[in-house]
Amino acid sequence: MHVSLFSVRRFLIIFSIAWLVLITDHALVLQWFGLPWTAAISDSLISNALLLLIAILLLNTFRYYVPDMGQYMSVLGMVIIFTLFWLLISQWLLGLILIDYANYKVFLHKSLIIRFSIAFLILGIIAMIGIIWFNWQDQQKNEERKADAEKLAKEAELFKLRQQLQPHFLFNSLNSINALIGTRPEEARKMVQQLSDFLRGSIRKEDNQFITFAEELEYLQLYLEIEKVRFGYRLKTATDVTPEALTWKMPSLLLQTLMENAIKFGLYGTTGEVLISLQAKVTDNYLVVSIENPYDPDMQTPKGTGFGLKSVRRRLYLLFGRNDLIEINQKADSFVVIFRVPSEETIAI
Amino acid sequence: MQFDLRLRRTEELNIDNLIIMSKVIIIDDEPLARSIVKEYLSKHTEMELVQECNDGFEGLKAIQQHEPDLIFLDIQMPKINGFEMLELVDQPPAVIFTTAFDEFAIRAFEAHAIDYLLKPFNQERFDKAVAKWRDQKNATTEKKTEELLETASLSPSQSQRIVVKNGSKIKIIPVQDVFYLEAADDYVKIHTQEGYFLKNKTMNHFEEVLDKQHFVRSHRSYIVNVQQITRIDPYEKDNHVAILRSGIKVPVSRGGYGKLKAVLGL
Repeated sequence: MHVSLFSVRRFLIIFSIAWLVLITDHALVLQWFGLPWTAAISDSLISNALLLLIAILLLNTFRYYVPDMGQYMSVLGMVIIFTLFWLLISQWLLGLILIDYANYKVFLHKSLIIRFSIAFLILGIIAMIGIIWFNWQDQQKNEERKADAEKLAKEAELFKLRQQLQPHFLFNSLNSINALIGTRPEEARKMVQQLSDFLRGSIRKEDNQFITFAEELEYLQLYLEIEKVRFGYRLKTATDVTPEALTWKMPSLLLQTLMENAIKFGLYGTTGEVLISLQAKVTDNYLVVSIENPYDPDMQTPKGTGFGLKSVRRRLYLLFGRNDLIEINQKADSFVVIFRVPSEETIAI
Repeated sequence: MQFDLRLRRTEELNIDNLIIMSKVIIIDDEPLARSIVKEYLSKHTEMELVQECNDGFEGLKAIQQHEPDLIFLDIQMPKINGFEMLELVDQPPAVIFTTAFDEFAIRAFEAHAIDYLLKPFNQERFDKAVAKWRDQKNATTEKKTEELLETASLSPSQSQRIVVKNGSKIKIIPVQDVFYLEAADDYVKIHTQEGYFLKNKTMNHFEEVLDKQHFVRSHRSYIVNVQQITRIDPYEKDNHVAILRSGIKVPVSRGGYGKLKAVLGL
């Protein structure tokens, strides 16, 4: 549903003035044709009041159903139907009220075609204004949603920089490198390289919000390598990705955010070995990704899933306008997040 | 230069004379983080590393078994963090905290003038921390640690749960599962569905730490979980009793009744 045009003050003023001019003109013309003043004014008032009602009806119809700018035929049809409707009622009403004036009936019949043309023009103009107004509103809404989506992606990126890189992850990684320098300098070098690549990846400009799953996976791999050095044998990962999934386009940083979440939950929520499994495949024109991490039922961690899941859910909504793209399953000893990405063509823009 | 050397020699002499080896335990969930502490520690011949632990559970066992003089303790660890582990130790040994980044913890350390090592750190910084520990040995450290833990338990993550020792097992109780708390000498009894657990804390501590919208000190010796209350009945003169969902009755004093009414919006 849209905001009515009549709630815009400027429109209301212009609209009223236009109608006053119309009523005056109408009466003047009829008088010029020889109708007595009273008849001319009555005719004008009745016809134009009815036309006003029809115009309001037309604009209200558009509030619920806006024809596309391309659907000329349906708009034309609609205006013709509304005009005929008006003509029918006004003819009947005028004939009924102004019957006393001599020759009025003949005059009315003769002027029908002119009345129709003028009403058709007026209603046509109103229809155009309405369509432009309501389409503009739709566009405005879409733009707002897009801006929101972009803002959120940026926030996610910033949050990731702050939370993941900066404090904990970065300093602990540096600490690991520090330890490796003394005992295994070659590995220290390798880790410096990985950390640099990861940092570079996270500050690269995200001009294109959509990247392939393969690209996202590559970036994720860097992160996983570093985490595996930090946590040693405790962290294990299993990845199962079908070839079709690799080329699927998806919003950037979604996978990264969810994996970080899974690793954090897994590593800090349990003791002992932690297996994080990632599966991705294409089914029914959707990329379906599932991430599973173990979880200790004794822990009873608060249900709050933190910024990670919330931001992913919100981003999926903003990008696709849907709430059913992510689901969370809590099993006896594991936690599974499954998200689906529609093909790129279906993105609401 | 000359002076420096002399000083060092006397220091070494002193240590040789003492020959008391200090027992050390390292508790950190990252293997490389442990190895760097081990490496720095190896320069201190008077200190003996008795055990390395992966998490707070192992750490707690090791502390009870070895009664170390000093522990190096990480804060963010699996399941229970460093602070929660320390709370469970009856007589906490001296601690040097090692952490990468934890705003809350660092503020707590600063507030209680407790030494900590920020990862990554070098040998020099490490030596300084050890030297400081040696100077302060058994002076005020224990008290400081206690105060630190008091502050730490106010952290948002820690006020959501209570970690207790049940025999040799460690139990994590989410606060919403607590029925009520009862004073018992030096301990507090934490009553839950599964019976009660003891925690070596005061009623005032819990009154401070727990969310005041959900936990009310209904009586000098009782704190009750408001969400568990089904009704409040009068009991003798001036007193009331809160009836919990499980049917248990918890005493409510006159002052406590007022507080309960305020929270329940009666």
